[in-house]
Amino acid sequence: MYVTGPSAFMTPAVSFKQVSRHFGSVKAVDAVDLDIAEGEFFAMLGPSGSGKTTCLRLIAGFEQPTSGRIEIFGSRAEGVPPYRRNVNTVFQDYALFPHLNVLDNVSYGLMVKGIGKAERHREAEAALELVKLPGYGARRPGQLSGGQRQRVALARALVNRPKVLLLDEPLGALDLKLRENMQEELKSLQKSLGITFVFVTHDQGEALSMANRIAVFNNGRIMQVGSPEDIYQRPDTRFVADFVGSSNVLPPDFVARHGGARRWASLRPEAVRIAEGAAGALAATVVSRSYLGGATRLGLDVEGQRINALLPAGHALPGEGQSVQIGFAPGDLHLMDDAQ
Amino acid sequence: MSTAAAVRGTPTGSAILPDRGGLSGALSDIFWRRPKLLLFLMLLPPVLWLGIVYLGSLFALLLQSFFSIDEFSGLINRQFTFKTYGELLLPSNLDIIVRTVVMAALVTIASAIVAFPIAYYAARYARGRWKALFYIGIMLPLWSSYLVKIYAWKLILAKEGILTWFFGKLHLLWLIDAWLSLPIVGGNSLSVSFTGTFIVFVYVWLPFMILPVQASLERVPTNLVEASSDLGATPGQTFRNVLFPLALPGIVAGSIFTFSLTLGDYIIPQIIGTSRLFIGQAVYAHQGTAGNIPLAAAFTVVPIVVMGFYLWGAKRMGAFDAL
Repeated sequence: MYVTGPSAFMTPAVSFKQVSRHFGSVKAVDAVDLDIAEGEFFAMLGPSGSGKTTCLRLIAGFEQPTSGRIEIFGSRAEGVPPYRRNVNTVFQDYALFPHLNVLDNVSYGLMVKGIGKAERHREAEAALELVKLPGYGARRPGQLSGGQRQRVALARALVNRPKVLLLDEPLGALDLKLRENMQEELKSLQKSLGITFVFVTHDQGEALSMANRIAVFNNGRIMQVGSPEDIYQRPDTRFVADFVGSSNVLPPDFVARHGGARRWASLRPEAVRIAEGAAGALAATVVSRSYLGGATRLGLDVEGQRINALLPAGHALPGEGQSVQIGFAPGDLHLMDDAQ
Repeated sequence: MSTAAAVRGTPTGSAILPDRGGLSGALSDIFWRRPKLLLFLMLLPPVLWLGIVYLGSLFALLLQSFFSIDEFSGLINRQFTFKTYGELLLPSNLDIIVRTVVMAALVTIASAIVAFPIAYYAARYARGRWKALFYIGIMLPLWSSYLVKIYAWKLILAKEGILTWFFGKLHLLWLIDAWLSLPIVGGNSLSVSFTGTFIVFVYVWLPFMILPVQASLERVPTNLVEASSDLGATPGQTFRNVLFPLALPGIVAGSIFTFSLTLGDYIIPQIIGTSRLFIGQAVYAHQGTAGNIPLAAAFTVVPIVVMGFYLWGAKRMGAFDAL
């Protein structure tokens, strides 16, 4: 089921109320309010050190909040150790037990809960089948590739049927092709299992393509929460516009001259078009040109303002140093809050 | 811009540099081309030392143990025989062997139990200055003379010693008296009992257990402990299923030290303990005044054989699987 936001009638899977986690003078997480709905694929996006991983660790129970209130399916979670939370984590570097084979790794959670060997091995086999690694049980983690370890870590978490599955940059160590495959698989897995996934990433493309909703973090605070479309097309702040999709962030002066209101605005690079001779076109100089395969990115200088344009392949493009005229639809100019 | 200018400019000189010349230049080139030659030269002295001086004398020792002593003349009869090994099985000698092996085993277990929390703290929590303090604290006792430490312990454990005084202050003297009245482990005072020997052995060998355990715990990534907890394991279960198996190679390495050092030591039981002998003391007595070199040699072979079995057993039980 696709959920666009937490409904007032449902208990959120995870709820943060004014949660802070300070390490001495460092405010890793600072007064965060957050509701994650049941069955949601939720992404926490932000640069490193923005507090997204600390938030994940607060849900898992590895960190305790300095202040504030955390609820998991309505139950207070502060002071509850990780082993009493029905929440499982897929770690960034997988954290597979090197002295156990794959089957024992996957059945570890069932073993410590006292489930008999035959049953837990059966469950573990089923979990390995779910992540498309049947028959790998006898191998040691050291004998697996990065992608296979990733799947074992996923199976090891899922076999416990967690209420919430936490994923800490799980695809970060994989190469591009594998990462794209895993994105697809994680999405369909989440859909078929219906488990709430909370996914930490610094890769905006990953967050946009996988999540139902995204929270963008910066400096221990949430800058914006919304659907991928919201975050991408209607960023609230300059930070979000810049971080998600490297938008052109335009200062109020510039916007006043070309759009109207004297406010900060964002302009997506793909909204910029070459418009030779069109009415209202802007004179620009090409500063740089990068060929990206499917598209070409031009760095343009417009009245001293740097603007990036992303142009699809198949057009004749100006070279570095050439003068061109560019344009964009006024509707593409998205006005933002002045804060940050 | 200025940094770019610093490295800009036409490259000067040729692409291949001339050789450095001289003996060191020539040697560098030779060793680079034939790395095995360098390895060979570096390993030659230690291999000669180990092979001839160390293994050679061990072999000579082994040979001696197959000779026997002529009871009447006291001369060594250089004929191959198992007679000396047979003597090891005499009740009085077997007693010494069993006593030593049991003591070594107990000392090893106690060292492991005492060492683990210290090593765990050092590996997981100690940082910077505290880590330096940890190493100094562990190593400092090793810098002072072994004899001084043992005589200090003799004073601590003596009947008029500080331990008795301390227990007296706590009105717990009955505890020491009750312990000393026990058979085997008891005695007139702690300093002349096996308990005293045991305490001093554990104290003296403890650093040899702490350091390898600490090294092995340091290699266990923190997130494995977190993963275990995340999967529902209580701290006790995490210790049994993750920490202990991964620290086991370190514990086994430490136990090789504590076990073999206890098997061979003859000074601690001489100064602190009963008059009953340990293997080291028996070797010392037989090769000295008694002049029974073959029996001394045969006694020396016992710890080697025991250690061999110990390592074989440890390997069989998977102690090195996590390596």
